[in-house]
Amino acid sequence: MPTWNAATRRDVLKLTTLGGVVFASSLLRSTAGCSSDKSAVMGAAGPKPGTPRGAQQEFFFLQLSDPHWGFTGPQVNPEPTLELPAAIAAVNAIANKPDFVIFTGDLTHTTDDVNVRKQRMTEFQSIVAGLNVPMVKFMAGEHDAAADGGVTFKQFFGDTYYSFDHKGVHFIALDNVSDPTSNLGMTQLDWLKSDLAPLDIEAPIVVFSHRPLWALRADWDWTTPDGQQAIDQLSAFHNVTVFFGHIHQELVYMTGHIAHHAARSLMFALPSPDSDASKPNPVPWDPEHPNANLGFRSIDAATNPGDYQVTEMPLPAPTPGDAGAQGGGEGGQGSADGQG
Amino acid sequence: MVKVDLASGALLRAAWLVAFAACGGGDGGPDDAQVIKVVAQQWSFSPNTITVLRGQTVDFEVTSSDVHHGFNLPDFGMRADVVPDQTTKVRVTFDKPGTYNFHCDYYCGSGHEGMSGQVVVQ
Repeated sequence: MPTWNAATRRDVLKLTTLGGVVFASSLLRSTAGCSSDKSAVMGAAGPKPGTPRGAQQEFFFLQLSDPHWGFTGPQVNPEPTLELPAAIAAVNAIANKPDFVIFTGDLTHTTDDVNVRKQRMTEFQSIVAGLNVPMVKFMAGEHDAAADGGVTFKQFFGDTYYSFDHKGVHFIALDNVSDPTSNLGMTQLDWLKSDLAPLDIEAPIVVFSHRPLWALRADWDWTTPDGQQAIDQLSAFHNVTVFFGHIHQELVYMTGHIAHHAARSLMFALPSPDSDASKPNPVPWDPEHPNANLGFRSIDAATNPGDYQVTEMPLPAPTPGDAGAQGGGEGGQGSADGQG
Repeated sequence: MVKVDLASGALLRAAWLVAFAACGGGDGGPDDAQVIKVVAQQWSFSPNTITVLRGQTVDFEVTSSDVHHGFNLPDFGMRADVVPDQTTKVRVTFDKPGTYNFHCDYYCGSGHEGMSGQVVVQ
């Protein structure tokens, strides 16, 4: 299993964020181009998932991650109720609608009080109901699910792992957060095996997880202990791309031919895995650059197998007097010690 | 931050496993092994900074004063569950100087992610 050290660091492509950055995942494997046509609509009958080709049609979806609704920590984010509504507004302002939006975990900030957890999930659900998109998918982070094995999350958002097909692409959402030790577990690994079994080896596969599937920084617990077993299964397929959250920053890492893309948070940034810090405390708020390093991303799926164009969408700085507050700070369980 | 690469990590892990097996899972062992008691509690370890000399073999005796925790020292391939009312014994030989992070890897509540410490090998 690769570890985060000088030898492998060169394999990581860190992205700058000014003005939105486009990164073509396929560049790591090919030089195929990618159309910017975003007019595709969902619902068209597609070929059987697993046919040896890319997406049936070009389309795009959005990854939003780690909104941590309920977080409080003035040194890290003095306006924690503004970012999620601002992100929703930004998504709705996109001229061409994405086929879907997926939240890759830590929808809410952790709490030991189940009633506060439910309150935060209720508030989160109410806010994201304002999304004007055809489909919204949800995944859990450890902040949502680790305290009760995902019981409350399932009540609000459904299964913690699942798959679906869209326009010829097979999407898989994995759960590496409900288990208290952040393992996928044999039950889920067996399910993954059966889910992958009918697919063609050239099938375009997109995997979502909250935590990194490999040991990105094990001493910060940025790992999935049995994630290599999932990677081993996925590595048998030629066109696999992983999108994950948890580390609150853009990062790309290769395990063999599989690109793993980490996303920014909608609440606070975390330090680079290069850091010498003993633990990944949140990056302090910069009043000169509010919302710096916060944002979401657009992912274009083209008809070339495994061709995904990633465009980072920085979250606009809040306008003084913005009134997006919906009580996210209530409950008092959030803290600046909370991490990804 | 000092890290071990994959190869040396595997060697260290293998060496530790051999030592662990040879001493019956941590009971007994080399007479010069240093016993260090660590208490895990929401959401800290006590002590959370441990200083040892290079080459020292340490028998950690870890207990929990409240809930289930984990004790994970990834640079030495060591992890163990720490269960209330039990003493978890793990052995590590620190044969490389540096500062190594350990953390709780079993979700133990809202402050879990800040529950960590360091071993300083001089």
